[in-house]
Amino acid sequence: MRWLLIKDLQILRRSPLLVGVLIVYPIAIALMIGFALSSPPGKPKVALLNEVAPGQGTINFGSQQINVAGYASQLFQSIDPIKVHSREEAVAKVKDGEALAALIIPSDITEQIQSLVTTGVGSPTVELILNTKDPIERQFVDEAISARLSQVEQAVSRQVLRVAVTDLQQVLSGGTIQFLGQNFHLLGLRNARTIVQGTIASLPPGSPLRVALSQVSSFASLAIEGLGFASPVLGSIGTPLTVVQTQLAGQTTPTDSYAAAIAVIVSLMIVTVLLAAGMLALERSENAYSRLVRGLVSPGRLLSEKIALSAGCAAIVSLLMAAFVSLFVHLDWSRFELWVLALAFGGLAFGALGVAIGGISREVSTSSLLAFLLSLPIAFVALVPADAVSGAVKSVLDAVAFVFPFKAALEAANNAFSGTAPGIGWPLAHLAVLTVVFAALARLALRRFA
Amino acid sequence: MPSAASTGEQATSLGVHSLTKRFGTRTALNAVSFELLAGELVGIIGPNGAGKTTLLSILAGVLEPSAGEVTRSPREVGWVPQQPALYSKLSVAENLRLFARLEQLSDPERAVTEMLAQTDLRDRADEEVGRLSGGNQQRVNIAIGLLCEPGVLLLDEPSASLDPRQRERLWEFIGALAGRGTTVVFSTHNVAEVERYADRVLVLVDGVLLFTGTPAELGRTVGRDRRDFEAAFVHFLHERGH
Repeated sequence: MRWLLIKDLQILRRSPLLVGVLIVYPIAIALMIGFALSSPPGKPKVALLNEVAPGQGTINFGSQQINVAGYASQLFQSIDPIKVHSREEAVAKVKDGEALAALIIPSDITEQIQSLVTTGVGSPTVELILNTKDPIERQFVDEAISARLSQVEQAVSRQVLRVAVTDLQQVLSGGTIQFLGQNFHLLGLRNARTIVQGTIASLPPGSPLRVALSQVSSFASLAIEGLGFASPVLGSIGTPLTVVQTQLAGQTTPTDSYAAAIAVIVSLMIVTVLLAAGMLALERSENAYSRLVRGLVSPGRLLSEKIALSAGCAAIVSLLMAAFVSLFVHLDWSRFELWVLALAFGGLAFGALGVAIGGISREVSTSSLLAFLLSLPIAFVALVPADAVSGAVKSVLDAVAFVFPFKAALEAANNAFSGTAPGIGWPLAHLAVLTVVFAALARLALRRFA
Repeated sequence: MPSAASTGEQATSLGVHSLTKRFGTRTALNAVSFELLAGELVGIIGPNGAGKTTLLSILAGVLEPSAGEVTRSPREVGWVPQQPALYSKLSVAENLRLFARLEQLSDPERAVTEMLAQTDLRDRADEEVGRLSGGNQQRVNIAIGLLCEPGVLLLDEPSASLDPRQRERLWEFIGALAGRGTTVVFSTHNVAEVERYADRVLVLVDGVLLFTGTPAELGRTVGRDRRDFEAAFVHFLHERGH
């Protein structure tokens, strides 16, 4: 087997273009996939027309003020605003494609909110103009702005409620409020009741005022009790649901290292499958297969050599790639021996898949095409999120992913890279079984290979 | 050049007894039997699909027979397939060295040097096989078949892709081999080559061995005095319903 390995390495050394493409192409694909998965989409450019005059973005609510304009800045967390000065300019920006959408905040927005808050009448409205040419971009912008507007709505609601609760507390307990630049003292219901009860006590027993003041005192007690309940109820409306997050140590994987694992395994898969399929088919294309298997090399040893060659070459390329990626993404170098194991087992399984393809296709260009056509769907099947398809479809996809090495190799590499997940024993065992199965398929295919 | 067999050496080199090969329901070879003598140059002729390549593939150990026996192990037989079985990205010497090592020869380098000399390819030793002419590729192909110094050399249509000059040089080389005692068995469509070079002819049709004898005997069988050898051969097949 040693001489066959040397021979194949000599052939590869004399095919620099092929080797270059085999290395550069999958790495480029893998890095692009990894970059796409690890980087969130950028902020959409949105033309923003704010018609609210400077200094007019304040709502007066009772004794307090809410600065609505301050909440507009929250929108900028989700969008890249292009400030415009008229509706026509905003529409033109969208039509030209300079902006994906336009958001128009009318000049009466604060009055509308003020009216809604104080009288319950009013419909504060902002206008969103979307470019309908690209449905995906339209959805992206719509979702980004809608989500942020919803947050602004909630924030304003919370602030209004907070003001309401504060005022209610002052009605109950009294305090000082500012109005038109002057301080005013509020007595409060509790103080009023105390005063009334003191007055009742100081009256003669037969005084006719006692009955009337007792009614006032009872009313004050009832109001204090009722409003005492109202404060926490109003406070709870602002945040009806509280989400408590629990991070289970050892069970989560950083997105970046998962993306790195995907990039490395895509690269490992493409290099190994293409190399194994091509090098096996080459034996037939060069007519050497029949010469080899007439006692010089058994078909099993020939397959082993191709699997070992492709797995070895691809594992080295993938390890170098992982080392390079680790400059930008945290990968746990203390588990380096697990990296090697994961990539070696993954390489062997992909190599076995490759020789099965090479054995079936029997011709170099066909096997290369078939290997390439099969590789990417195998990866994508394993990467479909569970909530992206229905349960039945997901079950089918899981079954397909289970019989190909990508998912197990990804799990092994991810566990090895991140260091936060459990051991890699099960994925390695899975890969070992797949290696045996695909090697057996390749051996069957070789029966009609000569 | 006269072969060793034609000069009187008569030791049996290889025996084939009731060799049968079936592919599913089709019988490619049907109870074929013959013996080859040391140094004999034997031509196998027959129409397409007659079973020539199947017969040589079984003798070479590439295919397993369905029934029957071959007296010599495939490892003791040199095999030269119809298409050059060479790695085009390797040089002539590297191809020879690889197969010498796979053959587990005791001194691979000596074998490579000898073969380069025998095939007159010493000055092309470091050239990539893919850059060689068809004739030179066929010489390397034959050289690999001869690496283990086999007693029997099998050639499947060795001259099929060669021009007349290359063909002439090939037959000179093969004749010299037979002269040194190597039994050479070749298949061909070229009836004239059999008449000219073969000591003995095997006529194989539909997997059945119809005739074995010298070219002269085949000529006499069909009354060669009235036609050339190729016409006689076609007449021979026609008379037997093929």
